[in-house]
Amino acid sequence: MQNNLRLRSVVIVVTLLVCVFGIIGFPKSIDQLKENWSNNIRLGLDLKGGSRLVLQVQVQDAAKAEADQVMDRLKDDFKKQNVSWSSIDRNDPQTVQDAGTTQITIKGIPVTQTSAFRTLLSERYADWVLTSVNSTDYTLRMKPADLEALKTDTVERTIQTIGNRIDQLGLAEKSVQQYGRASDDYQVLVQLPGVDDPARVKELIGTAAVLEITGVKEGPFASREAALAAHGGVLPLNTKLAKSIPRGGDSGEQWYLVNRSPVISGREMRNARSGQDEFRKWETNFTLSQDGGKRFGTFTEANIGNRLAVVLDNSIVSVATIQSKIDDSGRITGLGSEQEAEDLSRYLRSGSLPAGVVYLEERSVGPSLGADSIHQGFVSGVAGLFAVVFAMLVYYKRSGVNAVLALFLNAIVLLAAVSYFHAALTLPGIAGIVLTIGMAVDSNVLIFERIREELRAGKSVVSSVDIGFNKAWWTIVDTHVTTIVSCAFLFLFGEGPVRGFAVTLTIGLFANVFTAVFVSRTIFGYELSSHRRLEALSI
Amino acid sequence: MELFKNTNFDFLRWKWPFIGASLVLSLAGITSMAVRGLNYGIDFKGGALMNVKFAYTPPVDKIRAALSKRVKGEVSVLNFTDLSANNEVSIQTELEEERQLNINRQAMADALTTTFGQPGSGKLDLNNASQQQLIDRLRDPLARAGVALSDPQLQKLVADLLNFRNTPPRSGLITGFSQLSSVPGMNAGIMNTLQQECYLAPFNIRNVEMVGPKVGAELRTKAVLATLYALAGMLVYIAFRFEWIYGLGAVIACLHDTIITVGLFSLFNKALDMTVIAALLTLVGYSMNDTIVIFDRIREDLKFMRREPLEVVMNKAVNQTLSRTVMTSGLTFLTVIALFIWGGPVLHPFSFALVCGIIVGTYSSVFVASPIVLFWHNYADRRIKRTRSSSALNAAPRTEPVRKSPTRAVK
Repeated sequence: MQNNLRLRSVVIVVTLLVCVFGIIGFPKSIDQLKENWSNNIRLGLDLKGGSRLVLQVQVQDAAKAEADQVMDRLKDDFKKQNVSWSSIDRNDPQTVQDAGTTQITIKGIPVTQTSAFRTLLSERYADWVLTSVNSTDYTLRMKPADLEALKTDTVERTIQTIGNRIDQLGLAEKSVQQYGRASDDYQVLVQLPGVDDPARVKELIGTAAVLEITGVKEGPFASREAALAAHGGVLPLNTKLAKSIPRGGDSGEQWYLVNRSPVISGREMRNARSGQDEFRKWETNFTLSQDGGKRFGTFTEANIGNRLAVVLDNSIVSVATIQSKIDDSGRITGLGSEQEAEDLSRYLRSGSLPAGVVYLEERSVGPSLGADSIHQGFVSGVAGLFAVVFAMLVYYKRSGVNAVLALFLNAIVLLAAVSYFHAALTLPGIAGIVLTIGMAVDSNVLIFERIREELRAGKSVVSSVDIGFNKAWWTIVDTHVTTIVSCAFLFLFGEGPVRGFAVTLTIGLFANVFTAVFVSRTIFGYELSSHRRLEALSI
Repeated sequence: MELFKNTNFDFLRWKWPFIGASLVLSLAGITSMAVRGLNYGIDFKGGALMNVKFAYTPPVDKIRAALSKRVKGEVSVLNFTDLSANNEVSIQTELEEERQLNINRQAMADALTTTFGQPGSGKLDLNNASQQQLIDRLRDPLARAGVALSDPQLQKLVADLLNFRNTPPRSGLITGFSQLSSVPGMNAGIMNTLQQECYLAPFNIRNVEMVGPKVGAELRTKAVLATLYALAGMLVYIAFRFEWIYGLGAVIACLHDTIITVGLFSLFNKALDMTVIAALLTLVGYSMNDTIVIFDRIREDLKFMRREPLEVVMNKAVNQTLSRTVMTSGLTFLTVIALFIWGGPVLHPFSFALVCGIIVGTYSSVFVASPIVLFWHNYADRRIKRTRSSSALNAAPRTEPVRKSPTRAVK
């Protein structure tokens, strides 16, 4: 037993040291201790104040953009191979769930060219599935695996872009991460500690979702209806209507008919900065990637005298006439203010989002509420703990000390786990801790009551402690395993806060088995071995 | 000290009145849910919520009128009833679609500023200003006033100022500039500039939550499903460790507790939100824990009380664990009561649910879970006896009375 005790003590002391190190590190002064503490035990936004945004990436935008590119390539290839066609068009799914229904319809392929058409598609468009509607018409859909990859990639790029944009605000801490189920929620969680008015952040994330530079066909029109009327109510193929953002001097809205597939998309931007032109008006200069530059050069060369539009989120920021061939750099002129020019260059720099975003949730906790919550949480926590400690000591006397030690050790292990996992303490997490404390108290009570029972039955102190622990053990296992099983389900099927609860509780329960059984047993062991023939146990 | 030594209360004798009470309470809960409905918080129905602390008793009607003019949909303004939340109101508005998320926050804040603040003065509201706003606002005027501060110094000053504003007892509200004299680094020049550039609105926006209606419905479904799956998981584990009827009894007891607690939320028209779900999960945890401790003792006692009727064994087990039940429930109840009294408005719904839950949860282990197991075994015993006695007509007479069903296995 002596050796065993020594080994147990070593295990306990090592655990304790590792945990304390996790919580406060090696502080050299009181200030450093405080600093380490607040760095390691991070509080959730609901406790310390900050903002939390949940947004949904409109993955159907990416699917549509992909389809647009394919349509352009198809036309080029058909021309090269002398395949004739009457129309190529795509549908326009509006929701995330419908992203999979994106399809291209090709009409009027002559029966004589069917084989050439099919060969071309199987060779050059292997990631699209061809279905024939009748002898001349076909539909194309993206292969499910490729569609999934595109969606995942879209969400990942969105996360990265949003991260870049927020970085430009110079916030100390931020986190941008995937939220919900990866395969069908397409949600992103943005957490901004210390920011209690997320309006500016949202502006920066949200307004310039998709950036395109595209050719202008016609315009301006005074209204959408006027634009439609000019074409007898039906838009020409592969064009769309876009509204220009009204500026200081302009009156009313203006609509333009622009090409649906852009020449340049935000992806191809390399750099951008704001500046002033010769008339001291604000402008944004940009540089394009090599590929983008080549394409832009060809396009501008062929379209001198025509107009170009810079489109942000389906709204036209500026329209300019192409004066000469532009290769890899250009400028967007006529911006309203320095702020506007600066914001625009920021969007261009950080890359445009690959798809639009829609906000689903916004929560912000002001710093005063955070401070109050911490204060109140502290007061009530200390009051509750004090009551428990007091009751345990009165009711179980010396053995109560055992329980109290186990309880504190449990709290230390729990905090250390929070620190090592880089988790943050939130309200639901605290709920988990409350239940943990309850069950920790319960484990001790169970054991002590069992020992008392055995003592009452006239057993010796040593065997009472032995039997007490052994009998209580299976009850403790059952209660803990049941709760852990339920935590596993909560974690698998639950959402954010429910998960936080499950994780804290699970850690707490494991810690509890260690402290209430292993540690408490060891302390009893020391007590019993120090007195050879212990007559009475203070319990 | 020992409170319960060798007690021998006949708990299960009183099962009928208690089961009756349970049924009445559960039915009352269900009826209340059906008739009054559940007051879903914005987490589950979507909407915008803004908690605002006022410097005086909040003029609820005036707030409502001011907001109704600017915000689409129904506006509700509720006074906090919590002891620790003085002069706080919770303003809720509807959100019909996700797009409104962007508009409503601004509209609500604007409505408050125009009604209670001084929007025409061109000054900054110190009680609702962010750090950056205040720094930007003060930088030039301070320089003009001849107060020489470097940027880090200014940042520190503003941080100290806001920290002072945010810590209790101010809790976000400064009622007079004179209060600020205790902020470190404050001097007459800064104070003058502050008074010229800022004013003190009589309110502070504490938190804002906006949840789109679609997400709200989704969150609700997910929370309910997760809980049901968790209950099913526990049922399977207990069935595996004990018998299926024990699992069923424990799960029904937990459902009973949840229904009564949610019923109380409905009765008092308290809002159900995500923190309440966390509390309900905690409650299920407590109740389950309590039930298993008793079941465990029953299982153990059955080993050496094979010939006693199950009811006697159960009574003995409940009595044996009585001391621990009272200790554990009492101690956790103490913790939760502390949370209920001092925990503040954020934790209030949470602690309310737990206060109810611990009482009901402790009670249900003895008077709901155990009787279910008892009834099932009595029923199974009778059935076996009947089949035996019918077959006894052409078999040899039995000498030993059937007391224990073969299904009451001891593992």
